[in-house]
Amino acid sequence: MTADETGADRAWSRLMAAAQDGDRKAYETLLREALPYIRSVVRGLHGRPERADEVTQDVLLTVHRMRHTYDPARPFRPWLAAIARRRAIDALRRWRRTESHEVVDEYAYETFADAAANRHAEMPTTAEGLRAAIANLPAQQREAVQLLKVRGMSLAEASAETGKSIAALKVNMHRAVKTLRRRLTGEES
Amino acid sequence: MTDDETMRLIEALAAKAQPVKRLRPPALRAALWLVAVGILIALAIGSFTDLTLSLRRFQDVRLDWEMAGMLLTGILAVIAAFHLSLPDRSAAWALLPLPTLALWLAAMGYNCYRHWFTDGWALGSSWDCLKFIVGVSVPLGASLLYLLHRSAPLAPLRVAAMGGLGVASIAAFALQFFHPFEVTFLDLGTQVIAVGLVVVATSVYERMTAAKAGR
Repeated sequence: MTADETGADRAWSRLMAAAQDGDRKAYETLLREALPYIRSVVRGLHGRPERADEVTQDVLLTVHRMRHTYDPARPFRPWLAAIARRRAIDALRRWRRTESHEVVDEYAYETFADAAANRHAEMPTTAEGLRAAIANLPAQQREAVQLLKVRGMSLAEASAETGKSIAALKVNMHRAVKTLRRRLTGEES
Repeated sequence: MTDDETMRLIEALAAKAQPVKRLRPPALRAALWLVAVGILIALAIGSFTDLTLSLRRFQDVRLDWEMAGMLLTGILAVIAAFHLSLPDRSAAWALLPLPTLALWLAAMGYNCYRHWFTDGWALGSSWDCLKFIVGVSVPLGASLLYLLHRSAPLAPLRVAAMGGLGVASIAAFALQFFHPFEVTFLDLGTQVIAVGLVVVATSVYERMTAAKAGR
């Protein structure tokens, strides 16, 4: 670390120690100041900006969840960098796994001339029926639908509210959509 | 996801930030757990075993090397697990118990060789050894994983596997006091299998817990 970096590290270390003691202002200042550093670590591993933003938010949530593990006697930057790198690598693995299982099928979006073939896609669903179907979802899927679709929260806000990772919320939402589709239309996807 | 959204997230996190209790240094946390477990095991040995028989058996230096390997592997693996559970500690902590694990396996390998010549495939009390190591590892492992979870480790599988190695090695050491007779080749093999089972079980448990909690 250069002399400037060492000075910044000491300042961040003091801010984090204050944040651990409940100083919200110090905490907000620290997260704002550290944001460019987190982004630089994340972007070193993620080329696509929209993904880098999502991972950056995941890092902030992880820092929040793990802030009790920071020891003010030790430098702050390696602690932060380790969290940022680990979350970025986890996200890369997750996306690679997802992409290796997905294919683009343009024809999947087309409907058919035969009206009967479109019956399920166009089936009207009453609000009451939908509400009942959501209420009968497994707890984790219901929570994802309630927060992300009914209350209109962003993934990051829902993650901050529940303590679950953004990836876990996405998976639960995806499963909820599949369950609802199956129950409302009888289709297996 | 936009810059505004990230700023809103920072504000939300700061607004709900409560004071948190800092974790004590990992070496101290490991030492406290080891002392508590050491007292419990010493009480159990004092209450339920025949120490005269055990001491007679411990006059075999080859067995002493094996037991030193077990105990040190257990202690070092537990210390390593507490360090690995923190984000800014090197992954090289995972290497800490390897030299003593090598000592244990080498001493055990030699003893296996000796017993194979004298006992061949005699079963001895292999099944009891397996039950003892797994049975003792479950409560020890549960308490250790509970403490390790307080760090919300970034690489939980590695931490759980190291913790599993620690508790199973300590259980294998304690077994020697409850097993005051000559072991067979298969007894020794079963002890290694039991340690491996505990390491795999703690890792699988950790993976399932992490998936359920959405970490």
